[in-house]
Amino acid sequence: MDALLKIENLKTRFHTEDGVVKAVNGISYEMKKGEVLGVVGESGCGKSVHALSIMRLIQIPPGEIADGVIWFEGRNLLELDENEIRKIRGSDIAMVFQDPMTSLNPVYTVGFQIVEALKLHKNMSEKQGKVRAAELLDLVGIPDAKKRVDNYPHQFSGGMRQRAMIAMALSCSPKLLIADEPTTALDVTIQAQIVDLVIKLQEEMGMAVMWITHDLGVVAEMAQLINVMYAGFIIERGTAQDIFKRTLHPYTMGLLASLPSIDEAPGTKLISIPGLPPDLVDLPQGCPFYARCIYRKDHCQKNRPGLEEAKDGHYVACWRWDEIKVEGAK
Amino acid sequence: MNAENSTLVCVRNLRKYFAVTSGILFKRQTKYVKAVDDVSFDIYKGETLGLVGETGCGKSTTGRTILHLYKPTSGEVRFNDVDLTDLSENELRDMRQRMQMIFQDPYASLNPRMTVGSIISAPLDVHTNASKTEKRDRVQELLKIVGLNPDFVNRYPHEFSGGQRQRIGIARALAVNPDLIICDEPISSLDVSIQAQVVNLLEELQEKLGLTYLFIAHDLSMVRHISDRMAVMYLGKIMELADRNEIYLHPLHPYTRALMSAVPIPDPDKANRAERILLEGDIPSPINPPKGCNFNTRCPIATEICFKEDPDYRELTSDHFVACHHAKVE
Repeated sequence: MDALLKIENLKTRFHTEDGVVKAVNGISYEMKKGEVLGVVGESGCGKSVHALSIMRLIQIPPGEIADGVIWFEGRNLLELDENEIRKIRGSDIAMVFQDPMTSLNPVYTVGFQIVEALKLHKNMSEKQGKVRAAELLDLVGIPDAKKRVDNYPHQFSGGMRQRAMIAMALSCSPKLLIADEPTTALDVTIQAQIVDLVIKLQEEMGMAVMWITHDLGVVAEMAQLINVMYAGFIIERGTAQDIFKRTLHPYTMGLLASLPSIDEAPGTKLISIPGLPPDLVDLPQGCPFYARCIYRKDHCQKNRPGLEEAKDGHYVACWRWDEIKVEGAK
Repeated sequence: MNAENSTLVCVRNLRKYFAVTSGILFKRQTKYVKAVDDVSFDIYKGETLGLVGETGCGKSTTGRTILHLYKPTSGEVRFNDVDLTDLSENELRDMRQRMQMIFQDPYASLNPRMTVGSIISAPLDVHTNASKTEKRDRVQELLKIVGLNPDFVNRYPHEFSGGQRQRIGIARALAVNPDLIICDEPISSLDVSIQAQVVNLLEELQEKLGLTYLFIAHDLSMVRHISDRMAVMYLGKIMELADRNEIYLHPLHPYTRALMSAVPIPDPDKANRAERILLEGDIPSPINPPKGCNFNTRCPIATEICFKEDPDYRELTSDHFVACHHAKVE
């Protein structure tokens, strides 16, 4: 099948007083129609910035998309003018943000904010829009949706606001839904509801979902493919089985080891990754993970590894993945 | 656990209500937020008691009320058999030497205008008559204990990362050799790989210094990792309290079961989205908790009695406490 989204060598930078922050450093990957992609990484790894680059929501300046191509259904999003990108944003590609408290406008009703998008992208009338808005709220599981369309955001709880955001994102049946840490601000029982909802809707509507999170647990249970990011690079990419069961990159191994497992014996120590991620203003010349890596060799300090295919569809950016696999087995 | 299980902190029928005022000119106290509502438990010497629950369940307020940072509305807190409610302000201050706290936000809990040295020695200024050189030596010793470079004394908090700041907060808490440390979500704002570093440090310190922890968090898997026993709170009440493995393997309360099943597992083979217990709806407001059992609005097994009578918090089997009408010994 054709790729829905194809990113080639994307580089996003921010020009700040402290220097140039290299947030995304040449990432390339493809997403197929209807695919669920998990993007994981810690704060500052570039996962959100890369999503905002796709949506062309990076503020320029201080931001700059320095290089790369983002193909979406055969068009390069980075070459579209403001009018053309606005037609795609919200209708073909929709985004749900982390904080449901701040991403809804407090002075308009929830219904008004959904109708706005429908009028703009679907040429609906006020009346049609309102009916559709109520249907959408009902679809995302808001009780008494017909009345609730006239509520203001403060009358909704956190979980309901995130549902409303999802309703808004789905209003124009997007081909790609980008969810940027949509459950981070929510409690686990509410998070479970939202994950369940998005997967159900994804299956029904057949859209592609990019789920950005720092929570490895969430991607383990929902994503078909996973990109692991570190310091603005994709350092490993593969299926959930590849990433969790046949882990190749030392950083991914470290992340998994630093999580407590459910059946651990009392007194088990967590294995933490020593040190901190590199400063994005002053990226090391070689492998970005060099300073924290327990498998490092001199070669890794000077030369940056590219993302290479280790085995069918399982990619890794590490000079020593083949040797580590043998060492790890011992 | 240690053989005799001697009790360090004994909490009985603790209540903390916050008054809600209404009216602009004439403020009237009309309602109360029942943040902590009749909570009883013990903390044994040298153990880690985990306290989990969702936003607004009263877990942080419980921690602060134990320290008498909030004055309890009623109930008692005995620390080494001294009832804190009877103490005067001065006596309480002396007592606090033995009970310290680590806060959630390492960015907000350190004064940005104070050097690391003066932050860590602040408790020494209040509680001891140590000379300048004694204090300096102690600060350097503490920095070493928490894994920071002792030469950092003259630096300011903004020069440190989140994980390092949390270490500074831990050093401050340790300065006066406390018996009990209340850890209020100490790792919630940290990245996964850094969380493990801080958790390991806390465990090492406990072994070395014989500390007792009340570990408050919403991350169930981390709490289970660090705790000897766990308590689950919901809407101001403790729903269940038991040994970490007991509560995990044989949860008696339907809320505990739902909470446990909502935690995503970072292992695609064990992902349990299919058999997950999805709770419906949101947490009711603590201003107006439901009549009867607090959990009855979301409980999958609620019957008539649950809407009429508040269940007793009782020791169903040895050291396994639960507040549910339907909890049975299997």
